Parts: sequence; C-alpha cells; structure tokens
Amino acid sequence: MTELSRSQSIAKAVGRKALPLIGGASFLVLWEVFCRLYEVRPVLLPPPSMILDELTASPLWFAEQTLYTVTITVVGFLVAAVFGVLFAVVITEWKLLDRLLFPLFVALNSVPKVALAPLCIIWFGTGAEPKIAIAFLIAVFAVVIDTVLGLRSVPPDTIDLARSLRGSRWKVLTRIKLYCALPHLFAGLKVAMSLALVGAIVGEFVSSQRGLGYVILSAQGMFDTPRVFAALSILALVGVCLIEAVTIAERLALPWHYSAEGRSTH
Amino acid sequence: MILAKDVGKRFGGATGVLAIENISLDVAEGEFVSLLGPSGCGKSTFLRCLAGLEQTTSGSLLIAGKPVDGPPDRLGMAFQRDALLDWYNVLDNVLLPADFVGARKRDFEPRARELLKMAGIDGFAGAYPRALSGGMRQRVAMCRSLLLDPRLLLMDEPFGALDALTRDQLNVDLYRLWQRQKMTVIFVTHSISEAIFLSSRVLVFSPRPGNLVEDIRIDLPADRKLAVRDSEAFSKYARHVRGRFESMGLLHD
Repeated sequence: MTELSRSQSIAKAVGRKALPLIGGASFLVLWEVFCRLYEVRPVLLPPPSMILDELTASPLWFAEQTLYTVTITVVGFLVAAVFGVLFAVVITEWKLLDRLLFPLFVALNSVPKVALAPLCIIWFGTGAEPKIAIAFLIAVFAVVIDTVLGLRSVPPDTIDLARSLRGSRWKVLTRIKLYCALPHLFAGLKVAMSLALVGAIVGEFVSSQRGLGYVILSAQGMFDTPRVFAALSILALVGVCLIEAVTIAERLALPWHYSAEGRSTH
Repeated sequence: MILAKDVGKRFGGATGVLAIENISLDVAEGEFVSLLGPSGCGKSTFLRCLAGLEQTTSGSLLIAGKPVDGPPDRLGMAFQRDALLDWYNVLDNVLLPADFVGARKRDFEPRARELLKMAGIDGFAGAYPRALSGGMRQRVAMCRSLLLDPRLLLMDEPFGALDALTRDQLNVDLYRLWQRQKMTVIFVTHSISEAIFLSSRVLVFSPRPGNLVEDIRIDLPADRKLAVRDSEAFSKYARHVRGRFESMGLLHD
C-alpha cells in the first residue's frame, strides 16, 4: 500500500517535471514542421534545426558573449539589491526621509530608464559600467517597493511584543522587520533579476562591441536571422536560469518557510 | 504592585470612542487577577495601558510606585495569537527577551531549556513554530514571557484560540507555574470558568465603556485541580458571575 503510493507520488513528481519539457519539445517540433512544410524563408523565420546549427558552429564565441551579458546582469542586479534594500530600510526607519525622498524616487522612476541609456554612455563611457548602470536603474525600483512593503508587513501582535520587550530599533530591525521582509524581498528580487537582464541588453544595444545584445543588433544589420534567434534562445535560457538561481537562494535563506517538518497543524 | 485611580482611555481625540472609564483598583504583589467581561468591553485596552502600549487619557496608573509611561521593568507578556517569530526555532524564540535586553543568549540557555522542560516541550527546542500545534505554540510563548523572571505577567486571552481540551491543560499548567513563581498575573479572558479556576481575584467588567462592576475574591483551595470545577463552591462563584452578566443584559435564557 505505502509502496504503491510512494511509486505513485514519484510518478507524479516526474510528471510535474516532465510536462513543461514535453510542452517545450512539441512547440519546437511544430515550429520545425511549419517551417519545412511551408518552406518559410530562413531570413523571416529559421527552423529550430538551423538555429541549433548556428549555435554549434561557434559555441565558444557564443559562450563568451553570453558570459559578458550575464556578468553585467548579475553585477547590476547585485548593486540594485544592495542599494535597494538599504534605501528601503532608510525610508522605513526615518519618516522624515520617507517624505523627503520617496516622492522624488517615484518621480525618477517614472522616467523611462531606456531613455537614460545615452546619458549613461556620456557619464560612464563605453565600457561595462554604463550597461551595469542601466541594469541597476531598471532593477532597483522593484527591490525598493517590495522591501518597503515587507518591512511594513510586521503583524501588530509582533510589534506589541517587541515594544513590551523594550527592544532597541536596531534589534527590532535585525531580529524582526528584516525577516518579515524576506519573502517580499525575494519576490522583488525575482522581478529585479529579469529587469536587470533587460537593462543589460538595452545597454548593449546603445553601445557595445560585445554581449548578446550586440550579437542581436549586428546580426540584424546583416539580416542574419538564425544568429538573432540563436542569441534570443540563449537569452531565454539565461533568464530562466537566473530566476531559478534567485529561487534557490530564497529556499536557502528562508528554511522556516520550506522546512521539511511540514506546515502548521493547527 | 498596581495602583489605578479613575483610569480612562479614549481613542481618537476628545470626541472619540471611550473604551474604559473610571477604573480604580489596587493589586497586591503575587496576586492572580482575571479581567472578565464580554468582547469589546475594554479589558484588553486596560491591559495594554498596564503594559505601557497605550497611553491612558485620564486618571493615574502606577506600577511598583511609578507612573506608567512605557513598558515597565520586568514585564512578561502573552498575546492571543502567540506572536512567535516564524524564522526562529523554539529555543531562539524563548531566548528573544534576553537578546532584546542585550544579554548574551548563551547565558540564558539553561533557563530557557528548563522552562521548555517544565512546559513539556523540551523535545521541540530545535523545531520551527510552523511545525507546532496551537497549544504547543502557546506554551512556547508562555516560556518566552517567563524567561527573564517577570514580576508582572500580562496575558491577553492567551488561550482564546485553543480547543477546550488543550485550554484546560494549559490552565492547569499556568496555575502550577504561578504557584511556583508567585509573580503578579493579570489575565484577560471572557471564560467564566477559566477566570474562577485560575484566579485569586476576578474583576468583572461592564460593556463599553468598560467599567469595573465587581471585585470577587476567589476562596478555593490553593492546590487546585480541574475537579475543583465540579465543587459546590466553584459553581456558586460561576452562578454569581453569570447572574451579574444576566443583570447587565449580556446573557439571557
């Protein structure tokens, strides 16, 4: 009985993992069949097999471009995470700074950050720094908003407890508020990670000799559509992997949320 | 220990809601006092005033001879929802008060383990609160409030969300604890039998604006067991309190 239910649950887990793969594979097959059946010109829509050929023709070169884009994304993301959390803590701890800075912050955020890209080139030149700056600018808002939300989500009973224990503000912040903010913070970090990738690509569009954004732009100039698609598929994969990395970090940082001892029983 | 004279609390300015009015009482050190009344009668508000979490708006309120202007010294508090921190395991939750006053946690660990053992949950020191049942969580919260040997323990309907059986057991456990430590306890409840079973004194509150209508001294054997609730003396107290609620129009058959 238990043996049976165990094998059933394993089958279920495999099914859960396998289903998305089956979905993806059938999409690719349909794509391939469609291209061949209707003899679509590769410059409009290359079949998956041609994209794969493109990738395997110069794997090292693609890896190098990917590494460049990923580095910019991750650095931009990390800077956004650190400064975003610090800014959120500062404005939730000091009401005056909240009133002073938050409206300004919202106003700055409503400027389309893509429009700031040329400015970043003027300020930081054409190296990696302007791309990191754009990735940072696009990503930081999500971190700040979600962290502020999290820091303010402490239940009233817990606030009373902290007050009755006469804890210092530092203790309340580091023992209670930051922990309360963690689930919200990670929701923000996931959004920030995908936005940082957007920022990195935008930065490379504006001025670059390297990276996947540059690959897309230069291949487009030569109507090399398979290469554009090759870069796009790498980007899709990179995006999924980066978000997954944040999810894994979340599981490690919130063991009480995912503990194997199970959910509450009351 | 506690000296209240004409204490009142009004929420939201001069035209706001009057939660409690003209409460005067004198609680000696080591008493177990229950505040008993219907929901919304202001008994929790009075407790929060004692804890220094709310400011009184009239009258004077002294704890250990000092006016209350913030949480008093050596205060322990238990809440209706246990207010355990999900991200700390049971032991760290119990050690939280030590951490907050700036003591080294390690110095208090033996005391914390002793309390957990007394509460019968020493096997769960490393578990997260989410893995515990409601009764166990409330026990952990009780251990936490006792860690620094409080002289005043304020409890705001701590067993209100528990099932009847667990509630009875925790009543017995709390009574034993109080007998051993003899701290002053102020216990808010709306259960008549819980109040009588635990207390040396029961203060009956009227509906809003909350006011003290009766101060009943409970003269039951010091060594109380759950069976005391079947005794004639216990039923007499219960009948009396119920009569009080009936005359206030809060209960009718």
